[in-house]
Amino acid sequence: MFKNFKHEALETNTGLLLVATMFAISIGGLVEIAPLFLIDDTMEKVDGVRPYTPLEQRGRDLYIREGCYTCHSQMIRPFRDELLRYGHYSLAAESKYDHPFQWGSKRTGPDLARVGGKYSDEWHVQHLIKPTSVVPESVMPNYPWLLETPLDYSDVGDRMRALRTTGVPYSATQAEYDQNVKQFGAEVAAQLHIPDAQKNLVAQAQAGNYDGDRSSVTEMDAMVAYLQVLGTMVDFSKVKPEDLVKYR
Amino acid sequence: MAASTTAQAEQYDFDIIKKFTVMAIVWAVVGMFVGVYIASELAWPFLNFDSPYLSFGRFRPVHTGAVIFGFGGSALFATSYYVVQRTCQTRLWAPGLATFTFWGWQAIIVLAALSYVTGYSQGREYAEMEWPIDILIEIVWVSYLAVFIGTLMNRKQPHIYVANWFYLSFILATALLHTFNNLAVPVGLFTLKSYSLFSGPQDAMTQWWYGHNAVGFFLTAAFLGMMYYFVPKHAGRPVYSYRLSIVHFWALSFMYMWVGTHHLHWTALPDWASTLGATFSIMLLLPSWGGMINGIMTLSGAWDKLRTDPIMRFMIVALSFYGMSTFEGPLMSLKDVNALSHYTDWTVGHVHSGALGWVAMISFGSIYHMLPRLWNTQMYSTKLINAHFWLATIGVLLYITAMWISGISQGLMWRAFDEFGNLQYSFVESVAAMYPFYVMRAVGGMFFLAGMVLMAYNSYMTIRQGVRQAQAAGQPAAVAA
Repeated sequence: MFKNFKHEALETNTGLLLVATMFAISIGGLVEIAPLFLIDDTMEKVDGVRPYTPLEQRGRDLYIREGCYTCHSQMIRPFRDELLRYGHYSLAAESKYDHPFQWGSKRTGPDLARVGGKYSDEWHVQHLIKPTSVVPESVMPNYPWLLETPLDYSDVGDRMRALRTTGVPYSATQAEYDQNVKQFGAEVAAQLHIPDAQKNLVAQAQAGNYDGDRSSVTEMDAMVAYLQVLGTMVDFSKVKPEDLVKYR
Repeated sequence: MAASTTAQAEQYDFDIIKKFTVMAIVWAVVGMFVGVYIASELAWPFLNFDSPYLSFGRFRPVHTGAVIFGFGGSALFATSYYVVQRTCQTRLWAPGLATFTFWGWQAIIVLAALSYVTGYSQGREYAEMEWPIDILIEIVWVSYLAVFIGTLMNRKQPHIYVANWFYLSFILATALLHTFNNLAVPVGLFTLKSYSLFSGPQDAMTQWWYGHNAVGFFLTAAFLGMMYYFVPKHAGRPVYSYRLSIVHFWALSFMYMWVGTHHLHWTALPDWASTLGATFSIMLLLPSWGGMINGIMTLSGAWDKLRTDPIMRFMIVALSFYGMSTFEGPLMSLKDVNALSHYTDWTVGHVHSGALGWVAMISFGSIYHMLPRLWNTQMYSTKLINAHFWLATIGVLLYITAMWISGISQGLMWRAFDEFGNLQYSFVESVAAMYPFYVMRAVGGMFFLAGMVLMAYNSYMTIRQGVRQAQAAGQPAAVAA
C-alpha cells in the first residue's frame, strides 16, 4: 500500500492532511504525559506533606493573583550551590497538592520553595510593604495593599470544594474526615474539614497574628501564613537520600 | 494594476483581513509599550507606583498576552485568511463566522488584560486566562478551524499549498494544547477563579507541553506558513526546494510536541521525561535549519533585492534570527547548559530573539507586503520602512546582548564559591549587578517600540491614501474599509 504512496495524496485531500497532521502532533504529548499519571515512581513517598490550611490556601491564591511566579521559582535543583542557598532539592511530593504548580521559570528574585521559617513574620510584613526597607538593592514592587485589604474569606469553602473535586483530600463528610484523621492526624484533619473552613481560617489568623494586628484578618495574614509554610512540611532529617534516588 | 486589484477585492474577502491587519498593528504598539514598561520596572522599580494594577507580576501577562495573542494572533488571522484565499483561489467559507472570529478574538485579548490587572490569573505562563475566557477562546478557535478547512475544501486548485499545511498544523495543535492545558475546576459559576485539574509534576508537564508548543506552533509553525507564502511572493521566486518543505513540515510538526520538558530539567519531573525532551530538542535543529535554508535560498537569483527593498530585508533578517534562535534553543536544552541558563535572563533573551527577531520581523515584512495590496495603493513611505528596519534590528541586538550578559552573569554568580567553599555572592548581589543590563534591555525595547510606532504611522498614512484614492475613483465599496 505504501509502496506507491505519493505525498501528493496528502496535498490534494483536506481530510487526509488533517488526519495525518493530527496524528503527527499527538504522539509526543501522549508518550510524555500519560505515563506520569500511571507510573508510581513519579511521586516520592514521604511523610508530612499535607493540603494547605484554609488560610494558607487563600494566601496561595494571592500569590497567584499577584503573579509572584513571574519572578520567583519554587523548585530547588539538586546542585551544591542551591543546597547551600535554599536547602534540600524539591521533591515532586511537596507540590502534590499544588493546583496549579508554581515551580516557576525565572529567578529575578530568589527561589521560595523553602522560604518558610527562614525569616520572621515581621520581616515578611516589612518586606512585602516595602522590600527596600529590609533589602536595599531589591527591585521587587511594594505590596502595601496586602496589609490594607481585609481578606475575603466568604467563599473559602467553595474554593476548598473545587480543590476537593481535583483530588485534594479536603473533607466534606464525616467519613472523609475520619479518613483524614487516619492519614494526617486529628490536628491537621480538623483544618481540612470544609464545613469548619471559615472558623479555622479566622482562628489561625488570630493565633498566628502574622500581620501584628489581631483585630482583623487581612490579605497580609494569608500571604505570610502561606510563605511561612513553604518547604516546611517534609522533615528531611528523617528522609534517607537512598530512598529518593530511584525517583529521578 | 488598478483594474486587476479591484477585481481581486471582489474575488476575495479582504474586509476581514483589513480588520485583523489593523488590530495586529494596534496590539503590537500596545503590547510592546507594556513590554518596555515592565522592562523599565525592573531597572527602575519606582515605576510600580505601589499600584496593584501596574505591579510587575500582574502587568507581565498583559505584555505577553498583547504581543503573542493580540499582535501575533491578529497577524496570523490576517495572513492566514489572505493566504488561504489566494492560494485556493476562492473566497472565505462562512464569512459571517470569520467576522465572529475577529470580534471574538479582540474581546479575548481585552478581557484577558482586564482580568490580569484586576487579579484573575490561572498562574500558568502564557495561559493565564481564567476559565470563561478559555471557553471563549475554544469557541473562536473551532470557528477559525471551520472557516479555514471550509475554505480549503472550496479550493479551485487541486493542490493545497505548503503555507496552508503550516497554518492548519498550527490551528490543530493550538486547539489540542489549549484544551488540555486549561482543564480546571471553577470555584463557582459566577466567579472567574478556578483550580487546575492537575497538580505538581503532572501539571508542570502539561503546562510546559503547552508552553513550549505555544512557541512551536503559535509562534513558529504558523509564522513559517507566513514565510512560505510571503517570501517567495515578495521575491518573485519559487520556493527553493519543494521536497525540503515537505520534510520541514512533517519533521517539525512531529518533533516539536516532544520538547516541552526541556523547561523542566533538574526539577522534580522524572528524568526520563526531560531527557526525552532534550533529545528531541537537538533533533529539531535539523528541520528548523532546513526550513531556514529553504526560506533564505528562495532568494537565490534575487539577492539584489536586499539592497533596494527593506521589506525583503525584514524577511531575510527574520529568517536569520529564526536560524539563530533554533540553534540557541537546542543548545539551552542540553542539561549542562540548562543548569546554568535556567531561571536566568538568558531564557528571556532567547525568547525575544525568537519573538522580536523572527516572529515580529516576518510579520512586519508580510504586513508591509499586504497593506498596499489590500488597500489598492502604494506604501506611503519606503524610507520609513527602512528606518523601521534599522530601529528594529538595533533594538533586538541591544535586547538580546543585554540578556546574554545578565543571564550568564546570574548563572555564574549563583554557583560561585569562595576559597572556603561558601557561596561567594548573596542573591541580592546578583540582582544589583544586573542594573546596567536591565537599563540596556529597556533601551533596546524602546528602539524596537520606536520602529513599531513608525510602522503604525506609515500604515495609517498608507490606508488613508488608499481610501482617498478609492473615493476619488468613485468606488464607494472601499470606503467601508
